[in-house]
Amino acid sequence: MTAISLIVNGERVEAEVPARLHLADFLRERLGLTGTHLGCEHGVCGACTVRLDGAIVRGCLVLAVQAEGCVVETIEGVSDSGEVADLQEAFWRRNALQCGYCTPGMVLAAADFLAHAPDATDRAAIREHLSGNYCRCTGYEAIIDAVEATARARRGA
Amino acid sequence: MKPAPFDYVRAGSVAEAIGLLAAREGAVLLAGGQSLLPALNFRLSAPGLLVDIGRIAELRRIEVTATHLRIGAGCTHAMLLEAPEIAAHAPLIATALAHVAHPAIRTRGTIGGSLANADPAAELPACMLALDAVMIAEGAPGTRRIAAADFFTGLFGTALEPGEILTAVEIPLVKGRRHGFAELARRHGDYALVGLAAAVEGRIVRLGFFAVGHAALRAPAAERALADGLAGLEAACAALDHDLPPHADSEISAPVRLHLARVLLRRVMKECLAP
Repeated sequence: MTAISLIVNGERVEAEVPARLHLADFLRERLGLTGTHLGCEHGVCGACTVRLDGAIVRGCLVLAVQAEGCVVETIEGVSDSGEVADLQEAFWRRNALQCGYCTPGMVLAAADFLAHAPDATDRAAIREHLSGNYCRCTGYEAIIDAVEATARARRGA
Repeated sequence: MKPAPFDYVRAGSVAEAIGLLAAREGAVLLAGGQSLLPALNFRLSAPGLLVDIGRIAELRRIEVTATHLRIGAGCTHAMLLEAPEIAAHAPLIATALAHVAHPAIRTRGTIGGSLANADPAAELPACMLALDAVMIAEGAPGTRRIAAADFFTGLFGTALEPGEILTAVEIPLVKGRRHGFAELARRHGDYALVGLAAAVEGRIVRLGFFAVGHAALRAPAAERALADGLAGLEAACAALDHDLPPHADSEISAPVRLHLARVLLRRVMKECLAP
């Protein structure tokens, strides 16, 4: 077991973890933050997307021990802070989710795009940025609509 | 799936990592972990110890000397995509990196990890061939410089010796070097079905094909045919018959793969040999 100390959604967390425990399991099983979902556990589906020191990562491809000293933000954190409220509202309005399994990862990847893209209304660029997040319900079109709508609304604001 | 149990230690320096690797049989390096952790999760690999080199500052530098661009092995793909030194001196790498996996993987995956993993369908090994890069490997006996052409030895195989760490790559600075890149994949960011990274330095053309055969590889006969420019393009396409050993897989057959390699060669050469 290894002792780790990190900040999760603004709160200091100290824990003893086995080296093989990945960050997504740590968040879900130790901290009860089950908004981070696990799909494939080999980096393909994107359901486990979280932020590590401000950058989006695959929660299944980072060990909890690697997050020692880092700042982790999950869908719970960005929801509670209101940071993605407009994006979530756009997802709801456009039917950009059905079963919801991919949605936390999709929202975090889309939020990353909205924060960094030179032109966040560029649909091709949205598709490219979300290419690592699988959705098996929507066919993606509504998700692209929701991200584009959020980008336009933020630009107008 | 969950990985089999292993021990973990974080190295503070390259020297410490070399010592840790030597001290324990079955120890492997963990850099960004974007290829290693999937392999562990699948239990394709079950090392006894992971030596984490992900926070070694000396591996995360980019330097430009009078003759070379030196990229630390620990630089992440996301770092390189943003780095002005890469845009100025080796834009081929940035072009290729836009095709490497997805944003949430590029924030962790490193250039050294990708090169040492030597996936035959990965973009960066082919870029190193095209740019005539030199790999810097450090181990207990000292430092070795290995030409990219000698580095990729086969399926997930490299010239690294057990206990050695790839610490940097050096790319010669060449004025007026042009480059081209193309790949075909089912989905943006997936491993390529066929890909080509190319560099042109005057009459010298270097072609780095990937996902065609068991490792990234040059196409010497096609390169010679292209020495006189686009006039040699069809001869170069024909020469790929000799240069490339296309393989079949569940996605496409060997003849289709070779056909697509020619399609990419035409596309890329028209881009980088255009007057």
